[in-house]
Amino acid sequence: MAKKPISLTVDGVRYADDVEPRTLLVQYLREQLGKTGTLVGCDTTNCGACTVHLDGRSIKSCTMFAVQADGHEVTTIEGIAAADGTLHPMQQAFHECHALQCGFCTPGMIMQSIDLANEHPEPDEATVRENLEGNLCRCTGYQNIVKAVQAGAKEMGGAAAPASTEAGVA
Amino acid sequence: MTVTEIGAPRRRKEDQRLITGRSRYTDNMVLPGMLHLAMVRSPFAHARITNIDSSEASAASGVVSVITGADVADIQGSLPNAWPITPDQKAPPHPAIAVDRVAFAGEVVAVVVARSKKEAQDAADLVDVDYDELPVLLDLEDAEKDTVLAHPDLGTNRSALWVFDSGEAGTGGDVERALAHADAADDEIRVDRTYYQQRLIPAFMEPRSTVVDPTSEQITMWSATQVPHILRLMLALTLGIPESKVRVIAPDVGGGFGGKLQVTPEEVITMLAARRTGKPCKYTETRSESLVAAHHGRAQVQRLSLSATRDGVVTGLKVALLADMGAYLGLVTSGVPILGAFMFPAIYKIPAYRFECTNLFTNKVWTDAYRGAGRPEATFAIERLMDDLAAELDMDPIELRRKNWITHEEFPFTTVCGLEYDSGNYEAATARALELFGYDELRAEQKRRRDEGDPVQLGIGVSTFTEMCGLAPSRVLGSLDYGAGGWEYAQVRMLPTGNVEVVTGVSAHGQGHETAWSQIVADRLGVPFENVEVLHGDTAIAQKGLDTYGSRSLAVGGMAVVAAADKVIAKAKVIAAHLLEAAEDDLEFADGTFTVRGTDQGVGLGEVSLATFAAHNLPDGVEPSLDSDATFDPENFSFPHGTHLAAMEVDTETGQVTLRKYVCVDDIGNVVNPLIVEGQVHGGLAQGIAQALFEEAVHDDAGTLVTGSFVDYLVPSAADLPAFVTDRTETASTTNALGVKGVGEAGTIASTPAIVNGVIDAVRHLGVDDILMPCSPSRVWAALQGADKGRGAEAAAPTVNSPEVAERDVASTGAVQTGTDEGTAQ
Repeated sequence: MAKKPISLTVDGVRYADDVEPRTLLVQYLREQLGKTGTLVGCDTTNCGACTVHLDGRSIKSCTMFAVQADGHEVTTIEGIAAADGTLHPMQQAFHECHALQCGFCTPGMIMQSIDLANEHPEPDEATVRENLEGNLCRCTGYQNIVKAVQAGAKEMGGAAAPASTEAGVA
Repeated sequence: MTVTEIGAPRRRKEDQRLITGRSRYTDNMVLPGMLHLAMVRSPFAHARITNIDSSEASAASGVVSVITGADVADIQGSLPNAWPITPDQKAPPHPAIAVDRVAFAGEVVAVVVARSKKEAQDAADLVDVDYDELPVLLDLEDAEKDTVLAHPDLGTNRSALWVFDSGEAGTGGDVERALAHADAADDEIRVDRTYYQQRLIPAFMEPRSTVVDPTSEQITMWSATQVPHILRLMLALTLGIPESKVRVIAPDVGGGFGGKLQVTPEEVITMLAARRTGKPCKYTETRSESLVAAHHGRAQVQRLSLSATRDGVVTGLKVALLADMGAYLGLVTSGVPILGAFMFPAIYKIPAYRFECTNLFTNKVWTDAYRGAGRPEATFAIERLMDDLAAELDMDPIELRRKNWITHEEFPFTTVCGLEYDSGNYEAATARALELFGYDELRAEQKRRRDEGDPVQLGIGVSTFTEMCGLAPSRVLGSLDYGAGGWEYAQVRMLPTGNVEVVTGVSAHGQGHETAWSQIVADRLGVPFENVEVLHGDTAIAQKGLDTYGSRSLAVGGMAVVAAADKVIAKAKVIAAHLLEAAEDDLEFADGTFTVRGTDQGVGLGEVSLATFAAHNLPDGVEPSLDSDATFDPENFSFPHGTHLAAMEVDTETGQVTLRKYVCVDDIGNVVNPLIVEGQVHGGLAQGIAQALFEEAVHDDAGTLVTGSFVDYLVPSAADLPAFVTDRTETASTTNALGVKGVGEAGTIASTPAIVNGVIDAVRHLGVDDILMPCSPSRVWAALQGADKGRGAEAAAPTVNSPEVAERDVASTGAVQTGTDEGTAQ
């Protein structure tokens, strides 16, 4: 299959690669860039384990092709901690609130939660639950995840939220 | 010894790699020259394979090999069933790749091995398989009649009949006599019911994945498994390889819930492919493959008869199960229902009991352990039955339970099954739950709503439970014909710096063993929590083990850790006495230091460890090392218990069910880490509630799984569940030194009957006394419609005699759905 050239930034690093047009963004991230923190739990865009940020907004990276990310900026779970390793407040909140068990849904949950918190700096429980509907967890019963998102959002409130831009993709 | 760690809400050590994306799930593994597998699966539930043409696939880009069942017929063996429950148990051969016949839709018929995953998948579409369809058997009650056979060569659908009768065993009375007496006596009552356990899919979030590297002396397998040790042994036996040639590593595993307690065809196939090609091979299933081909759970028809006095004292219980094995026997498939046999009497003093289970084959993927394995099914049935009895007697369901449960003073208590419950306090847990729930206020509100004819009715669901955890005393497993023991292994190693490595045979898949085991060892040895490292999930490191299932990790695996740590202390004491030039008897050990009683002379465990490393000054005959290993075989199961209460709102106009409040008080004995415990309870509740309200594996008439993706198989989301109120009472187990019982399965076991009892309680006064699970809006609505038309209306949905009813709500969860059986597709 003929490959197409793409150029994008992932976790602050610029990449220029050739990909098959059918390559999903998550496949490109995992298989070509080795960004294995982003996980695949389903094939119908229901589980949310592959959630990353595209230009600052959360998307499911199994729902778009890598070629659609051409020219955009992607952030994965591996790119949200500070350069010195200090955890992102949402990562820290998931740890503090025991909001993970097997951890498989966790990267996607954290990426979705950061976007949620950017939009709702002080989300109530109903808002958190509604906004996490596309991220499935089988271990936690969600209770501690809801707690973590609220705690993480509160911590993030102090820091300047990244400017959100329109994703510009279907 | 100062206790500082056990009971502390320590944040988990495991979290760092998981929250930063540095996890080590099997699918993340990449090896040089690695090949990829794609499975060709049967679209038919039952068919003969008449021809496989793989020429086009073999010629496709990147394809290294296409393997059919015939290619490996002489070397693939039969997948193992480790639990033949009766000497005459019937089982069809279970090849990893079907050879000439498929018995469920999704069974592997060929495998493509290629340079990349995409090339393997592309080529899999080119494998041309011809089938002759055979009659398909799906329904358990049809299976019982043997008119259609899931495996024609067996001549019957019956795999085994397993019976326990308290009269014959001498552990209780004759149940037929009790039932006959109830039929005849005016002051007694008999209740007969049939309940259905729908098929569920464990649906761990991480799809199964396996990597096999055959390029070194040992064949190394990484796999998303709960049972690396069992897997290694069974792979060796199945494929005829010495087990010393096989190393199995379970790295980070993304959930299991029993669903990864298996030796899977896919693992065997990846092994075969790697040996055939001589290259590392990887297979990772898609979610659709996982739903269709990883084993399912539950799937029982439960026929029950109960006798009681009219003032509510149970006199006998008879249980007859039909248990769906599916098409094959997996690792412990046949044993799952008989684990439940011991749990039907639950927390009650039942004087006469008979249990019989007929294990039946059908043309669906096989069933096996799923969170609770047999015990949720049993608890559901007895708790539904107690509620139905309470309703028949017009008695409060809590009051009825009080009349029958084992009281605190009566422990230890030998049940009608012959189990000895060591400890428990059902009164305390129930009292606490009622208080947290506001039981009396909610009953008052319920009455008000009924009196006012409110379209939204309130129901209160009660469920009390106990389970047997800490699987299991080896001699008990032997008496049940299980193929292995129930001991567990641990090693505690003091390093020269005073740090500690702990090796455990129970490897975790999300439960937090690394943290809890660190707490146990830190406490026992008096070393800092941070100085303990826990190693697991690799048969080359944890040399022995029986792995993780049945809430056995802490009560059995944790006790092995304690035993190994105690041996380290004992050896260290000999050396410490030598170093201190004191008599051993004069030494005491506390907070990591041996001191000479009555003096300030002492030596720390770290110093003793360094002394053994240097080995310049050791007592004669003492080996220069400070480590020890131990195996622990429990003397009894442990028996957690609890009381769960649910307030359910049922919209009688739409059938919508809303869980308004959920309170549970569990007694799991002593607690090592309350954070982990609470998390386990929450997760368990979500799974149990999902069975009650959302989840069901549905097949169409041809045996195709209709719920073959997360679009249709409704794993609940955050939006579908409320916050739970959880609390504990702590009645220590008296049969292990930690006093622990086990918590992994409690929430799942207790919540399903609590929810369904609550739904029925909301609408029982409207003439509804049964609704099949999951209690979807359309089922509830149809039940209410049926009840409106008068009792005995055969068309009423709640009495539909098959859990495989085609009607299914596929609208998004949480949405209000209405409609009839014909009109629900949305």
